[in-house]
Formats: sequence, C-alpha cells, structure tokens
Amino acid sequence: MNRKQAATFLGKAYLWVLLLMLYSPILIIMVFSFTEAKVLGNWTGFSTKLYASLFSGDMHRSLTNAIWNSLVIALGAATVSTGLGSLAAIGLFNMRPRARQTVRFINTIPILNPDIITGVSLFLLFVSLGISQGYTTVVLAHITFCTPYVVLSVLPRLRQMNPNLYEAALDLGATPFQALRKVIIPEIRPGVISGFILAFTLSVDDFAVTVFTIGNEGIETLSTYIYADARKGGLTPELRPLSTIIFATVLLLLIIVNIRSARTGKKRQDG
Amino acid sequence: MNRGQTLFTKRANWAVPYVVFLAIFVLIPIILIVIYAFADADDKFTLANFRKFMLHPEAVNTFVYSVGIAITTTLACILLGYPAAYILSRNSFAASRATVLLFILPMWINILIRTLATVALFDFLNVPLGEGALVFGMVYNFLPFMIYPIYNTLRKMDYSLVEAARDLGANPASVFARVVLPLSMPGVASGIMMVFMPTISTFAIAELLTMNNIKLFGTTIQENINNGMWNYGAALSLIMLLLIGVTGLISSDSGNGKEGGIL
Repeated sequence: MNRKQAATFLGKAYLWVLLLMLYSPILIIMVFSFTEAKVLGNWTGFSTKLYASLFSGDMHRSLTNAIWNSLVIALGAATVSTGLGSLAAIGLFNMRPRARQTVRFINTIPILNPDIITGVSLFLLFVSLGISQGYTTVVLAHITFCTPYVVLSVLPRLRQMNPNLYEAALDLGATPFQALRKVIIPEIRPGVISGFILAFTLSVDDFAVTVFTIGNEGIETLSTYIYADARKGGLTPELRPLSTIIFATVLLLLIIVNIRSARTGKKRQDG
Repeated sequence: MNRGQTLFTKRANWAVPYVVFLAIFVLIPIILIVIYAFADADDKFTLANFRKFMLHPEAVNTFVYSVGIAITTTLACILLGYPAAYILSRNSFAASRATVLLFILPMWINILIRTLATVALFDFLNVPLGEGALVFGMVYNFLPFMIYPIYNTLRKMDYSLVEAARDLGANPASVFARVVLPLSMPGVASGIMMVFMPTISTFAIAELLTMNNIKLFGTTIQENINNGMWNYGAALSLIMLLLIGVTGLISSDSGNGKEGGIL
C-alpha cells in the first residue's frame, strides 16, 4: 500500500515538474511585464508603464494595425471556411463511397502538409497566375488550411443525424433550401460552431503560410509583426504585456468553453 | 426548372464548390511544386536543381542536421511525454481535467510568442543560445503535441486487458511492455507525426532560438523562395515533402495514423 502511495506521489511530482518547465517561459514574461526595465530579468519595481505604452507609445499604431489585420483575416477566412466546409460535409456525406474516399483523402492533405509546403505551394500558385499578393491571397490561403478542419468537425454530426428527417421535410413540401435551413443546419450546428472557432484560432495563430502569401506591400499580421520585430532585436519590452494579455485571453476562453461543454455533457447525461 | 432543382436537391452536389476549391488550392499548387522543381528559369525541363542540392555541401549538411535535430526533439518528446500521458490517463493519480487542460493549453498560444518566451527564459537563466537551447526550445514548443495523442489512446484503452494480463501472472514491467505499450502505439505514431513534421519544417523558430547561428532546412527553403530562386526552392520543398511522406508511411505502419486525433 505504501509503495502505491509513493508511486502516486512520484507521478504527481513528475507532472508538476513538467508543467513548471512548460510554463516557466510564460510565467517569466508575465512577471516581468509589470516592470519598466528594458532588459528582461531586471526588476525595477512594480509598474504598468509597459501596458500603457503598448496602447499609446510609438508601437501603438503599427501593432494595433497588425492585430486588426489578424482579426479581420481570421474572421473572413473562418466565415468562408465554415460555409464552404459545412456544405462540403453535407455533400460528402451523401456521396458514393469511392468519390467520398477520394475527396476525404484530398481534404486531409492540407492538414498533413507542413505549413511551409502549403505556403510555398500557394506562393507558386499565385505567382504563376500573376496574382499580386496581399489581403486576398492571405485569406484564400487561410481558407485552404482551415476548411479541412471544418469538414472534419461537421461530418460526425451528420453521422449522428436521422437520415430520414431531410426527406421528410421535402415530402412535406419544403424546398431543399428550407430543408437545409430548418432541418440540417440545426442538427449540425455544434459541429459548425466548433469548426468556426477552430478555423478562427488556426488563422490567428498562423505564421508560416502567411509569410509566403502576404506579399510585400507592407501588410502585417500579428505573427509577421512579432517576427519582424524579433529579428530586429530580441523581445521588445512591449511584447511582454501583449503576450500576457493574449495568454490571459486564451486561458479565459478555454475555461469558458470547457465549463460550457462540461455543462452540456452533464445535461445530456441527465436527460 | 426541373433540371436545376435536381442539380440542387442532390445533396452530393453540395460538395462541388469545395471540390473545385481543393483542386485549385491544394492539388494544382502541389503539382506546381513538382513542375517548378524540375524546371529551370526558362521553364525548360532540367535536373539541375537537384544536382545543385547534391553538390552543395552546405545545403545537404543543413538537411542532415535538421533531420538530426528533428529526431532528437521527437525522441526527447516521447521520453518526457509518454510518462506524463500515462500518469494523466490513470485514474489512480486522480489527475483532474484541469491538469490535462494545462498540458494542452500551450498549444493554443502563438508559436512565435512561445519561442520568444523561451528565449527570454534562457536569457534570464544565462543559458547560452545554441544547439542545446534549440533542442530545448523545440521540446518546449512541441511536447504538448506528443502528450495529447498518447493520452487520448491510453484513455480509450480497454483497461480490462491490463487486469487480465495481471491475473494471468504478468509482472508490472511485462504488463507495460506487452499490453499497454503496443495498445498505445497509434497515439505514439500520431505524436511522432505531430512533433517530427513541424520540427523538420520550421523556420524562424531556429533563428530566434540561436540568434541566427543555426540554420535549419526550413529556413533554407524560405530564403531561396524569398530571394527569387523559386525553382531551387521548389526542389528543396519537394525533397522535404518526400521525407515527410516516408515518415508518414513509417509511422502509420506502426499504428493506424490518425486514430490518436488532433485537437
């Protein structure tokens, strides 16, 4: 019995050491975002000056611009991917097995491809078509790697759905569009929503594909901005509060999502 | 009217826009990599790009070095991540859902920020930025991607098999080696894919972690594309694509690929 307790203790200790290792970089950034020192590691007393200069200093304009670009691109890409991917999932579900397998296989290529390959291949597509690169090409590129995830998150919902419902709606006089809106969409909604969230986060997070498709007209997303900035000279002090804010936001979102899914899970068990 | 309606009513057709999209933005671009790789600047067929790679010791060295770093990182992630996934999946440790969440949370933070944070940590601890920092940084970045799929397969594992093995007299070591480990191989396989692939193909990360001292293969590709050497860049991309194809085949052989699941 004692040996078992020791094993449990050791196991837990291992988890905590690993977590400490994983989080120490982020923790250090967070702690030192509350001091003014330019060099990380110097503690010159508590201050929120870096937060203030993040929202008003020289960086303010270009950084806000980059964040705004990231959000607009992600919103655009996620919206189109969600529409395209949900329709595709419904189509796929009703295809003949062989055609379905082929499309599903091609659908996994962007997931399995490393970012750099997706980036280079799309770059070559745009140059050989003579399309100048900018907003449009970035959004198209993001749609390319986001849609497969939407398809994969909607498909399971369709499998759970009663296949006769759609036919019943048609028999009762609904047009295909009405049947889609009133029967299919409500059934697959959770999959569509999580597909959208996934697409949005993937897009905001992307760096490699963006670099290859954003062109050189000076458009920056948050990722390319951080990259350009880091190349100039390590971690700019203002990026500390920014990372802290991003980390806190992600943490908060994840907690909300998990509480929600835990609740619906319980509801389903109860009902 | 009727024709239009059947075209629309047939739900299989709803995938048509996406199929067209996939053809334009997934298939054609990959074919373009192949075409560019085997062409010179005047669009004539040539093997010169591959010859250039073979005859260029620097490029070959970078390639071999990157494979080495990727293998080291992947092994380190398995060694550190497997025990963690195992402990997390066992009820006896009473690891809460929150702990599991803590392990996958870093996956959702921008990779550049994570990398810069690691650089900051090394600076803080006065660790020199070099090869060691590179591998450590990669492990930091990709460890969650190893833990999560292994955790998932271990969670789904039928625990009665372990009990059966025990009842039949197997000691803990052989229960692990002959029951748990083989059953968790699909998770390890997808963990390998999810760690090896990004490590072999990253660029920017290595530069940031080593102050531009160490260059990985991904950086070589990016530099060539940026400098207008599209054909050579395409050839290098094709080489990487082949390497990844081979890795994929090997790891899906040892366990059925995707089962572990991506978040």
